[in-house]
Amino acid sequence: MPKTQTKSTKPEGITVKPGSSKEYKTGSWRSKKPIFKHDKCNDCRICVMVCPDGVIFGEDKKYWADMDFCKGCGICAEECPVKDIDMELEVR
Amino acid sequence: MNETTSTKKKEPIEESQVAPGHRACAGCGELLAARLVMNAAGKNVIATCATGCLEVVSSAYPQSAWKMPWIHSLFENPTAVASGVEAALKALGRENEANIIAQGGDGSTADIGIGCLSGMLERGHNVLYVCYDNEAYMNTGVQRSGLTPFEASTTTAPSGKISWGKTTDKKPMPEIAAAHGIPYVATASVGYYADLQKKVKKALTIKGPKYIQIHCPCPLGWIHDPALTIKVAQVAVQTGLIPIFEMENGVITSVRKIVKKRPVEDYLKLQGRFRHLLKKSGGEDEVKRIQAIADQNIEKYHLI
Amino acid sequence: MKKVIEGSMAVALAVKACRPHVISAYPITPQTHIVENLSQMVADGELKSEFVNVESEFSAASVILGASATGARAYSTTTAQGLLLMTEVLFNIAGLRLPVSLTCANRAISAPINIWCDHQDAMTVRDSGWIQLYAEDCQEAADMQLQAFKIGENPEIMLPVMVNMDGFILTHAFEPIELLDQKMADEYLPPYKPEIFLTTKNPVTFGILAEPQYYAESRYRLEEAIKASKPVIEEAASEFKRIFGRYSGGLVDKYKLDGAKTALVGMGSVVGTMREVVDEMNSHGQKSGLLKIRTYRPFPKEAIYDALKDVDNIIVMEKAISLGLGGILLNELKSIFQGKKKQPRISGFIIGLGGRDIPTQSIINAVKKVESETIEDEFIDLRTELIGAGK
Ligand SMILES: Cc1ncc(C[n+]2csc(CCOP(=O)(O)OP(=O)(O)O)c2C)c(N)n1
Ligand code: SF4
Ligand code: SF4
Ligand SMILES: [Mg+2]
Repeated sequence: MPKTQTKSTKPEGITVKPGSSKEYKTGSWRSKKPIFKHDKCNDCRICVMVCPDGVIFGEDKKYWADMDFCKGCGICAEECPVKDIDMELEVR
Repeated sequence: MNETTSTKKKEPIEESQVAPGHRACAGCGELLAARLVMNAAGKNVIATCATGCLEVVSSAYPQSAWKMPWIHSLFENPTAVASGVEAALKALGRENEANIIAQGGDGSTADIGIGCLSGMLERGHNVLYVCYDNEAYMNTGVQRSGLTPFEASTTTAPSGKISWGKTTDKKPMPEIAAAHGIPYVATASVGYYADLQKKVKKALTIKGPKYIQIHCPCPLGWIHDPALTIKVAQVAVQTGLIPIFEMENGVITSVRKIVKKRPVEDYLKLQGRFRHLLKKSGGEDEVKRIQAIADQNIEKYHLI
Repeated sequence: MKKVIEGSMAVALAVKACRPHVISAYPITPQTHIVENLSQMVADGELKSEFVNVESEFSAASVILGASATGARAYSTTTAQGLLLMTEVLFNIAGLRLPVSLTCANRAISAPINIWCDHQDAMTVRDSGWIQLYAEDCQEAADMQLQAFKIGENPEIMLPVMVNMDGFILTHAFEPIELLDQKMADEYLPPYKPEIFLTTKNPVTFGILAEPQYYAESRYRLEEAIKASKPVIEEAASEFKRIFGRYSGGLVDKYKLDGAKTALVGMGSVVGTMREVVDEMNSHGQKSGLLKIRTYRPFPKEAIYDALKDVDNIIVMEKAISLGLGGILLNELKSIFQGKKKQPRISGFIIGLGGRDIPTQSIINAVKKVESETIEDEFIDLRTELIGAGK
């Protein structure tokens, strides 16, 4: 360590942890929310694929969105081939 | 709260290589594409990224959406940085550690970064380049790029009293990439995500430089309902405006055939950036010119 | 063992002794012999580096950036137009705290295009966060190359280092050079082992966006790090002396300054001519000395003040100009004395732009001029007939 320095000058604040954006909740952006009706779902998993934020989870015809992050874009509902997802107004 | 949207039975959000919490607009086609690309590529990836929406929304200190080792340097140089990463892995005896993926928007790819990209392709680095083509400089407020389509309105080539928007069509980037003699070039669309992921996986089995250009709608810049991101991308392909193909060693080896050809109006009317063509008098002639572009593509790539 | 070789070869051999993993450069006069020599060494299998033949200096800088971020020791070399083309990347490299190294074969900047030596190229990028060292002769240029990686890779510093050597004057000069022994070089410069780098074993995100609540601290830390490099630069020179027996680095070099009334200040090869002038002046009873600035960034304020505080007259001779201000070194030097007790008279001359010869007599004339008046920003040896000004 340089003699004249008392504190470290090592690189800091240069890199961040992978995947740490999970600490940043985007759910509050939402004005509409997806409702997974778990009725006609045929397990195609298209909703899981097309969510830009990657926040749809589940299996065996039971899918759900992580509402901490869902931005309410409505792509999942639009792309669901059996219309098993509805978009509803978000009331807070 | 509705049972089915409850956060109670939450599973850990681990599968995706691009984590949620990124700040892309709702319905962003570019982030959807990036997630599809990275999930297809899997865990052993080192990624570089150009300045642009992709970078800005995903890496704001102190957080990052990227799960893999990832570096952003500048707008122009994700390819040159990737060349350095590749050279370093070789020199350090780590070349089997990871696939290298360099990423940029259409502006980075076709305009400011084309020199660096060309250099990387010519030198033969073992890197997959992914161009996220949302057809304008979105990050800075929807300015025209070399990949903005003919007569789309952008903030620097707007429609106006004496203008229909951009006066030229998309730069043929896939052909330009292929002209470097590289082993693999493909176009893809977020509208056809399975095809997209298949191409990424295939590209990563090939040694040398690879180029994939992904058409990805931007609800903000294209002015469409965010729920329609996939639809808009699909219609673009179905009109012939966005040909989907693979070129291996300079030869077209596959094309996505158009099952039911749609008129370009079907595509234009979904988006505010083309509204002037449908509203202003004289617009019909301009639409015809766009239809001609689609028809030319269909002929050139044998889409039907 | 001394051998008469070209300056560019001396540098290339020094680079080789550093065992860089990755080299990337683009040719530009007068740097070409350095890249050509390195390319040949790689082609002959004598140098085990990945040599990335890029399409521009912009890419060369970006390649070494990517390589360094991946954990490699990386090197480039350029000058003038090439350095300016790199500028955006240079700032980025420093901001990312990547300890690459670059030799700048100092040359003038266009327009008009001119391939000969001055310092306008490197001095223009003085604010980039790079450590800048200036060599007086080929031996120093070679020795400083080894020190460059030693300094930059210090875990507390982690900054890029530029070694400046005068284009043609040094790059193309044949001088007897003490070649760097590889064993000693290895003892001096251990392998580069960064704490954080791009690897799937410990993934991190490099190159973040810092919003207003974070950006200033990032720049503050950069400033602290480059300031902290001053003692590290001195230590690197002492350690070099311990192993190789030569002191050829450090912040400044003092020559006959004890008891001097007049001090000349300069950087690079012109210091040799200035030393002759100082000897000549002393032989005529004019007590004078010389301060050679070896490290220009970080600017060694304390060392300069210490060296010059007791003289009456300081004369800065520099091969660069900040257009619209004047001498860069001159103005920076003046700022050191701002508010200090000792206030020597400080004059400055612009010399040798675009490779113009600097005869000893011209320096002597300049020194004579400032005996009676302070002179600022006077171009030495301007051809008055070319600027429409009669004498
Ligand atoms: C040298 C330089 N010029 C301009 C910019 C400003 N700039 C940043 S991102 C961007 C546009 C990005 O467009 P694109 O590559 O298409 O990516 P997108 O944001 O659309 O995803 C521009 C112009 C910059 N960062 N650097
Ligand atoms: S509404 Fe959009 S963000 Fe929310 S789960 Fe559906 S696709 Fe994902
Ligand atoms: S502006 Fe467009 S590309 Fe950028 S984040 Fe929003 S939707 Fe995505
Ligand atoms: Mg874009």
